[in-house]
Formats: sequence, structure tokens, C-alpha cells
Amino acid sequence: MAVTIKLPTQLRGVAGGAAEAQADGSTVGEVLEGLYAQHGELRDRIAGDDGELRRFVNVYLKGEDIRFLDGLATPVADGDEVTILPAVAGG
Amino acid sequence: MPAEALKCKECSTTYPLEARYVCERCFGPLEVAYRAPASTADELKRRIQAGPSTLWRYADFLPLDRVPRSSLPTGMTPLVRADRLAERLGIGELWIKNETANPTHSFKDRVVSIALARAIELGFDTVACASTGNLAGAVAAHSAYAGLPAYVFVPGDLEPEKILSAGAYGARIVGVRGNYDDVNRLCTEVSGERENWAFVNVNVRPYYAEGSKTLAFETAEQLGWELPDRVVAPIASGSLFTKVARGFQEFIDAGLLSGDVPAMHGAQAEGCSPVAQAYAAGTDVCRPVKPDTIAKSLAIGNPADGPYAVDLARRTGGSIDAVSDDELRAGIRLLAETTGIFTETAGGVTTATLAKLAARGELGADDRVVAYITGDGLKTLDAVRGSFEVADIEPRFEAFEAIESGVAV
Repeated sequence: MAVTIKLPTQLRGVAGGAAEAQADGSTVGEVLEGLYAQHGELRDRIAGDDGELRRFVNVYLKGEDIRFLDGLATPVADGDEVTILPAVAGG
Repeated sequence: MPAEALKCKECSTTYPLEARYVCERCFGPLEVAYRAPASTADELKRRIQAGPSTLWRYADFLPLDRVPRSSLPTGMTPLVRADRLAERLGIGELWIKNETANPTHSFKDRVVSIALARAIELGFDTVACASTGNLAGAVAAHSAYAGLPAYVFVPGDLEPEKILSAGAYGARIVGVRGNYDDVNRLCTEVSGERENWAFVNVNVRPYYAEGSKTLAFETAEQLGWELPDRVVAPIASGSLFTKVARGFQEFIDAGLLSGDVPAMHGAQAEGCSPVAQAYAAGTDVCRPVKPDTIAKSLAIGNPADGPYAVDLARRTGGSIDAVSDDELRAGIRLLAETTGIFTETAGGVTTATLAKLAARGELGADDRVVAYITGDGLKTLDAVRGSFEVADIEPRFEAFEAIESGVAV
């Protein structure tokens, strides 16, 4: 299932300048794996050694923080939009 | 103490002093790093004391190439000795840092002063922010003074006083259907797409955050160059809380103060307490929450500096508490009737937490305590609506006499 992944400006340099990417998968985690397969350097930026998201990376599925859903195991549907953003804004 | 670089708080990667806020390697937050001061403590103190009665007197500790020639005068707010409140709570010595005395009636004038000055140095032509309310007014006012257009993004259900007062300065107000975290997410995206915009708490956030250090600088100076033992301050993103401690530390490191950073006690509202929950759970992982509290200026469910706030409270022997909306209403009342300072809901949270700590015996008769009252009650009037009765009489002496016996004196 094709999902659109929106990349923040800070990650575009290691994604060939792209603002978004398409990847397949049935969960957010699988979609991110698909993203890493296209742009290998992104894995280290987004995920820690344990495969979990780094603590200042926020991932949203259709605008909702995936921590309110089922985290990386959250199911995705064809045409969904996943957004990756830095967590350190605001306040 | 000139600024040297932006440095990642997680992995220590350094970057030039530009408009960036995120480490590209690990997404950690960037913070301004300084060289050790070239001046002695006496020289620094002399320069501070000869400076203006604003936060610019601390220019040696701020990340600017030069102090702005003119700006809305911010800072040097009163540090009010609160003997009646101290007596009520059984605290030895209590001081209230009254931030309602700033130009737009909250501590946000400090952070905006620094962010805007740096934004102008970096060549930005538009100012913007994601606001829980107080920031909206500060960005709107300081941008108006500087003659720059401002875009203020707020949750659509914000208190009308905060929306109206921000709009009065001519800023473009954008009400977003969602909570503050939705606003923040949107602004993070917009910030990436609008290169000539300085979002004070997004792309120039490292400079913005430095403004809160001046709360500590002033406190120490107003206490006669001494440290408090304990500090009580509200936590929304955790930025103010952590920067107040950093301010004390910088003055200690520069030789201006002797002693240790005070015990840092954080205050949150129960309806939005991800940092207090992490503290109570013994972790620094702040699980995001959906805010549900009348303390809207503290309603950040996804606090950027949450982990650092938890670490700081633990490291300094402080704490992080949460209080209910009823407790915060009582806190507003308690502060008003013992100090003459009318605070908004966030200050109610701080005062209620102060009372809770005192009741628990954490603030003792030997302690010198400073509480930071960060905003003005006139901006959250609904919090006190209905909390007292207004007598309604005919303009006749007998009518007054009739109700007088029933009025508490």
C-alpha cells in the first residue's frame, strides 16, 4: 500500500532534496523501513540503535501523533500521509 | 561572554549562529554555547549595574551581536517580598517575581525581545509564532514596535482576552482548529517553507529560549547578588524552567554568585501534566497528552524540553507537581488576597503548587523561596468569574446600610 511520507527540511539533504517520498507497508514502522530502503542515511537520523524513534523525532499519521495511536505498529491505509517533524519546537 | 555556536544538547554537534533549532544528526534541540567571559566578575557586575533598567543590562550573557538601539522596555520586573503569603504557608522567606509588569503582561516579552533582535540581525523580514496566548501578544507588540509584519498562530479556542489583545497590535491572527500541539505542528511545517520568516519559538528558538535566563539574572541581582534556596516555576514546554536554572548557573560560573543552583520545583496543571507524570514515574520519557485544563498558557501536551525539566528537578533536589483546576483557581485567589498581584491561570498553578509544597513540608522556615508569576489575571478573567458576589443596590444610603452587615470586611 503506497503511503506518502512528508520530510522536514532538516532531512531533505539526505533524501536527495526531496520534500516527500512514497513507500509501501501495512504499518507506520514498515513504511519507515521502506523509506530507509530508498534513502539509507535517514535510518540513523530518525531511529536509534534499538529501532525505536529518536526522542526528539515526532511522527504523525494524518496529523495525529502516532504515540496516541499504536506507535510504529499503527496500521496504515493506501493513500495515507505520514509526516516526520522535529519535536523541539514551541513553548 | 560572547556566543560561540549553536550546540546540540543531545550529541554536542555544533553549528554556526544561524536560524536553526534542530540538530541534523540526531534531531536534538540546539542551544547557544558561549565562550568563557573575558571579564572579571567585578567588571561584569559593573557593566550590569551601569546598564539600562531592562533585560539588556545582561547583554554580556545574551546571544546578540549588539543590543538593539531601541525596543519595548522589558524586564527588571519587581521582585516582591510576600510576607503575608509566606506567613500563611509557613515559609521562611518568599519572593514573587511579578512578570505581569512586562509590556504585554507576561514573561514572554523577554523571550520575544531576544528572538526578535536576533531575527533582525539575521535579516528576517517577518515574525511569527505558535502561541498558547501570552506569546501572541508579545510577538504582536514587539513586531509592531520594530515595524515588522507578524503572523500569530493560536488554538482557535483560546481565551478571547489573549486573541483580542494580540490583534489590537495589528498582527495577523491565525486561529487553528485544534490544540496547541496541532498549532505547533503546523508552524513547524510552515517554518520549513517560509524562508524569510522568523518563527520565534521554532527556527530561532535557541535565541528565544535564552531570554528566560534573565529571570534568574534579575532575581539574583534583586536579592543583592544572592541565590534563592528554592524556585517554583510553571512548566509548559519546560523552556523557562530549564533556562532559569541555566541563568543561575551562568552567574555562578562567572563568579557573580556563590553557591549552587536552587532546588527547582516545577508546576503543571493536572489536565496537562506530561512532565509531572514522567517525574512521578521515575522516567524522563514524557508521553504526550491531550490537554484539558483552564490553564491554557500551560497546555502543551508534547513539551519540547520535558526530559530536561525532569532531569533538572531531580538533579537539584526539586520536584514537579500537578494541581487541579479548582486548586489553581484557589491559587489565583490566594496570591491576589495576600500580595495584591492578580495572576492568570498559569500563576494560579504556580501558587497552588507553592501551597502544596509548603503543606508537604518541602518549603521550610529556613528556606528563601522565589516563585515566578509569569502572566496577568486580566487575560484569563473567566477563571475568577463567579468567585465572588457583587452587591446590587439602589443609590440610597439605606440600601447600602441594608447590605453592609452582610458584606465581609
